[in-house]
Amino acid sequence: MSADTSDTATDDGVAEEAPSRAELAARIEELEESLAEATAADSGKKMSIIATKGTLDMAYPPLILASTAAAFGYDVTVFHTFWGLDILHEERSKNLKLSSVGNPNMPVPNVVGALPGMDRVTTSMMEKKIDDNDTATIEELIETSLDMGVEFQACQMTIELMGYDEDDFYDGVRTGVGAATAIQDMADADIQLLV
Amino acid sequence: MSVEFDIAETLDVKGASCPMPVVKTKGAIDELSEGEVLEVLATDPGSMSDLDGWAAGTDGVEMVEQVEGDDVYKHYVRKTE
Repeated sequence: MSADTSDTATDDGVAEEAPSRAELAARIEELEESLAEATAADSGKKMSIIATKGTLDMAYPPLILASTAAAFGYDVTVFHTFWGLDILHEERSKNLKLSSVGNPNMPVPNVVGALPGMDRVTTSMMEKKIDDNDTATIEELIETSLDMGVEFQACQMTIELMGYDEDDFYDGVRTGVGAATAIQDMADADIQLLV
Repeated sequence: MSVEFDIAETLDVKGASCPMPVVKTKGAIDELSEGEVLEVLATDPGSMSDLDGWAAGTDGVEMVEQVEGDDVYKHYVRKTE
């Protein structure tokens, strides 16, 4: 088929109703403005992480990914809720524990792991490994991430549930935020993770 | 070396493991001017893949060369903007 519908429309005289050059120019200007606004508001890559766990092993992944994404130039927010709050708690973050039960990869059987004091033993073992391998500590990763512009958010509902005080958290942690803030961040983000 | 370039700065991250070589490289490259090359000395074997991936996925930097030495991995990153 060689017939072009737009040509046919023009031939039929629809062109009379077509907008003038001035109207088109105004429309283009309008569109260019809204495009500029849209790209300015959404420039750069974003990552949103939800951190829900507060054991020593589970504190690492969100912090390693957050600081690395920041190095890639991502705007990163990490929303901490429930036990994930402990990662941002200045005092508690230095004493995160590794559970000696519930992980079949641990060198101790669950029945032994359940004995009193065993969490302390497994945590010390892991802390020694972290030290021996020059792996960054949780505190170092938090400070580094903050320096790189990562936004750490502490869920207000769980701050109150856990009985924490806003002053308990590292300087720079954003409090007074809830699920809607997290959803907003996730909706805008290129990468969303729940840890 | 296959490519000729001047080294503007050297970052020593020997001993450090993931994510620090990448994170510290980012910090050091921010201090350089456009066109300058940063030398990164690392002992983390993961730094070969990680720094290459970081350079490929980050605006304003390019991996010039990576050299796998006996104990030290050397990376040369140029700031391009």
